[in-house]
Formats: sequence, C-alpha cells, structure tokens
Amino acid sequence: MSHLLPLLIAVPIIGALVPAVLGARRPVISRRLTVGILVGQVGLAVAVLVAVAATGPRTYVVGGLPAAVGIGLRADAVSTVFVLLVAVTAAALYVTVRTDTTGPTDSLWLLFVAGLTGIAVTADVFNLYVFLEISGLAAYALVAGRHGTRAALAAFHYLLVGTIGATLYLLGVGYLYVATGTLGMAGLRADLAAVGYDSPLVVTAFVLVTVGLGVKLALFPLQAWKPDAYAVATPDVSALLATLGSTVPGYALVRLVFDVFTASFLDAVPLVRTGLVVVGVASVAAGGYFALRQSDVRRLLAYSSVLQMGLVVIGIAIATPAAVTAALVLLVGNAVAKGGLYAATGVFARRFGATTVDGYAGLGRDAPLTAGAVSVAFISLVGLPPTVGFAGKWYLVVAAVDSRAWVVVAVVLLSTLVSLAYAGRVVERLYLAAAPGGTEPVATDGGGLADGPARERTVVFVVVAALATVLVGLGSTELAAWFAPVVEGWL
Amino acid sequence: MTTFDALFGTMVGSRGAYVVYALLVGIGLFVLVDDDNLVKKIVGLNVFQTAVFLFFITAAYRADGRAPLLSATGPFVNPLPHVLILTAIVVGVSITAVALALVVRLYDEHGTFSETAIREARP
Repeated sequence: MSHLLPLLIAVPIIGALVPAVLGARRPVISRRLTVGILVGQVGLAVAVLVAVAATGPRTYVVGGLPAAVGIGLRADAVSTVFVLLVAVTAAALYVTVRTDTTGPTDSLWLLFVAGLTGIAVTADVFNLYVFLEISGLAAYALVAGRHGTRAALAAFHYLLVGTIGATLYLLGVGYLYVATGTLGMAGLRADLAAVGYDSPLVVTAFVLVTVGLGVKLALFPLQAWKPDAYAVATPDVSALLATLGSTVPGYALVRLVFDVFTASFLDAVPLVRTGLVVVGVASVAAGGYFALRQSDVRRLLAYSSVLQMGLVVIGIAIATPAAVTAALVLLVGNAVAKGGLYAATGVFARRFGATTVDGYAGLGRDAPLTAGAVSVAFISLVGLPPTVGFAGKWYLVVAAVDSRAWVVVAVVLLSTLVSLAYAGRVVERLYLAAAPGGTEPVATDGGGLADGPARERTVVFVVVAALATVLVGLGSTELAAWFAPVVEGWL
Repeated sequence: MTTFDALFGTMVGSRGAYVVYALLVGIGLFVLVDDDNLVKKIVGLNVFQTAVFLFFITAAYRADGRAPLLSATGPFVNPLPHVLILTAIVVGVSITAVALALVVRLYDEHGTFSETAIREARP
C-alpha cells in the first residue's frame, strides 16, 4: 500500500509526457488521456487518504536506501488533505474551466500537480526545494501561456521573484545541512535540538527558509508578483494558481516550522516568533489596504489572498493546537473560495466583458447563479458562519484569546471588517447598482473561455466551489478532528 | 599538489570562499534589482544562484580531501553537497531557459531589452 506514495508523484510527472508528445498530432486523444491522468491522480489521493485513515501515517523510502541518505516520502492526516485538494482542484478545473488546451500547456498543468504533490508528501527538505521549483517553473510558464507582452512581462517578474525565493530557501537548507549534516525532516528535528536552537546557523536557516517560502505565499513585502501574475493569466490558470500556488507552500511552512524546527524553537528564540507575528500583521494590513483600493477584481482577490496568508502566519506564530488548526483550515478555506472566485471572474469577463468592480454593476440580475456563488465565496473570505472562513477565524481568535495575544485578536477582528468592506464593494455592485446601459453579452479576447457548454461548466465549478466553502464550514469540526492527531503530535 | 589546489586550499582555509559567496549574493541581487536590461537581470539571477552553489561546495570541502572514489584512499570531500548542487544546477538551467524564452518574446514584440521601454510601450 505504501507504494502508492511514489505513484502520487510519478503518475503526473510521467503523465506530463503524454500531452507533450500527443498534443500536436492527436489533440482529442491527448486531452482525454490528460483527463484520465488527472482523475487517476484523484483516485490515488483518495486511496492514500483511506489508507492513512485506516492504519495511520506511513513513510516510504525511494529505492530502499537507509532513511538518513534516502529520499523519504511521508503521508499523514495533514499532508493527505493537501494532496487531495491538489488532485481534485486540478482535475475539476481541467474538466470545467479549461478549454484552451494545447499539448505543451497540458504538460505544464500536470507538472504543476506533480510539483505541488511532491511538496505535500516529501520528508526531505532538499527535495522540497526541487518540487518547489518544478511547480514554480510550471506556474511561470502557465502565466506566460497567454499571448502578448503583459503576460510575458508579468511571468518574467514572477519568475525572478519566485526564483529568488526558492534560492533563499535552498540557502536555508544549506545552513541546516552545515549545522546538522542531514536533510531528512525527522533527522533534522532531533539534530537541531542537539545543536541548540539559539545557534546562529539554525536561526539563520529558519529566517532564510521562511523568507523563501514567504515569497511563494506572497507575504508583505514580497507580494507584488501576485496581483500582476493573477490578473494577466487566463481564468483557468489564475483559478489553479490562486487555489494551490500559495496554499501548498503555506502547508510546507507549517510542516517545516512544526515538524523540523518545532514549537520549542519558537519558544527558545522569541524574536523569531515576534518576527512572524509582525510579518503576519503587516500582510493582513497591506493585503486589506490594497484590496480596498483595487478596481480590477482579480487584483482585489490577489490582495485578499495576501491578507488570508497573513492570518495563516499569525496562526503559525501563536503555535497552539487551535492556532495551527486555524492556519490549516484557513489555507483550505482560502483555496476553495479563491478557486471559485477566479473561475467566476472568467465567466463575467467572457460574458459581459466585465473585469472591474464597477463593471460588475447589475450583473446579479443577468447572471444570478454565478453572482450568488460569488457572494457565498466572499462570505467565506470575510469569515461569516456557516462557511469554512468562519471556522478558520474562529479557531484563530480562540487560540489568540487563550494565549492572551490581544493585539492578534484585534487584528483578526479588524481583518474581518476590512474583508467585509472589500467584499461588500463587489457584492453591492453585483446586486444593488443599476446596470450602466446595455448588458448585451460582449465578446472580448480576455476571457480564454469558449461560449456555450464550456461556460456552463465553468458556472458549475463556481457553484460547487461556493457550496464547498459551506460544506467544509459545516464539517469544520470533523476537519479539525482529522488534523488533530498530527497537530497535537507537533506541539 | 598543484598550485591551484594550494591556492584553493588557502582560500578555503582562511574562509575566503565564504566572503566570495557573500559578495556574489550581493552583486547578483543588486544587478537583478537595479539593472533595466532584462538579459542582465537574468545574469544577476545566475550570479546569485551560483553564489549559493559556492556556499554548498565550500561547506563540503576539507583540507587535502579527494574525490570520494571507491578506488581512492581518504580523506574525502563530502560528496552529498556536490550531488545536491548538480541537481540545483539543472534546476537553474531550466529557470534560465524559461526566462530567456520570455525575454525573446518581449524582444520580438518591442525590439528592446529595456524594461522601462517595454513598460512605456504597454497599451
């Protein structure tokens, strides 16, 4: 059964060859096979999840080498959720939102899945770097997939910033190796304690690793690439990136802080914990401020992600079981809501040529189903019950009150008000504003969505994503209980 | 022992290579951020990445260390960082290839490598 673990990475990475080879000559067969690979990946993810539920966490060392030098993989209650999220999102978006398929871009789609799945299941900090770069490269190229200068320039900047982040992470890995002589997460955990948490090497390694992943999470002040890249990409790509691109590195940050450095490190070096709180609060403030000032909805959503990731980092800094659960639930909740919202921006752009907040005026009457789903997703981002966003914020506030971190309580509550303000702007436009004259369907070149059935499938995705925010919200106690054994093992 | 070995040994012995690593990180990042030319930005990125590679290789060095071959006798340099950096070099080459492809596309459209000019030409 543990042989399923390497398959999780091998299937999409080898499968990426299929559209690259067949895409040009047999586009229909290539597309069907790609769907098959993505659905197969969902099956594998479910199988691993069931296996972990039945018999607990499992590890696998590729090639049967000793764990100290081998390439370890590990699946537990937390990583399987993110593996499943990656597989389901990639498959669902491919089937519903994605229409403008070519062989090479389908390959990138599969490589992105392979890289993110690798980040979720690896038990080795260097392999995490490699998977970070695999998913990064695929993301840069996907953003550039649309023709034109804006996409190429945004992708170029995304590449520069993303590579700096990944290279800083690699440097952090180097410091860890110099300090301990090992790269496996389990070995590092024991050896770092032996080296001493206040060793300059260890503290520097933590800072470099956090800054490196902070670029991928788009934490303030490293957030500038995100709105640029998400605003120029096609709707399917921006939905994929917004759902997974920062979520899985966010999971990696949680994993590294608690499984490698451990909460004892945060206790031993209070300055690091303060630094995390400051970065988290700054991201919440900057994300909220910029989100309020955007006219382009896709840029607004990108800054909303900056705010959400700030909350995740605050959860990591508080480092109690409730706070870490909050961080994980917020990651899942933001992913589901953003996927639906970015797919919806594609529907509005294609059908009405509307990309700005003002352009959304009156669309609630013309596209009631999409507008309703958008409102629900926004409610989850704001954090009102019964959505998953509420569950995440609730756990975070409870954790902050328990640790008497009153500043954090205030920040989380203020973030809700700010979120209400920017979400309210969009929802108010959708429902209360009069349409500015004709609302005839406008064909723009900006959508990347075909007409007819493809657009209806996109609406289905948006509605399912909105329902998912409510369903995961209602099941948030179960989700937290599912995370609990692993989270409590960390702390 | 050749002159190069002696020189490299002294440089590492006095930890000079770590100074070079720090300098290259600074130079690479400065060029990347400061230069208006997109190709030079990529060069800056490469210098930055190479600096990190140098850090790993320096950490693996030991005085009078040899290549870790089964037929040879020790002491050996640590082979693991070398293997890691071989992988990282491959990653770096892929990144450079994608970056250059994007710059080629921008150049085809605008006939310039200047970021300012491309931004101003944007519709």
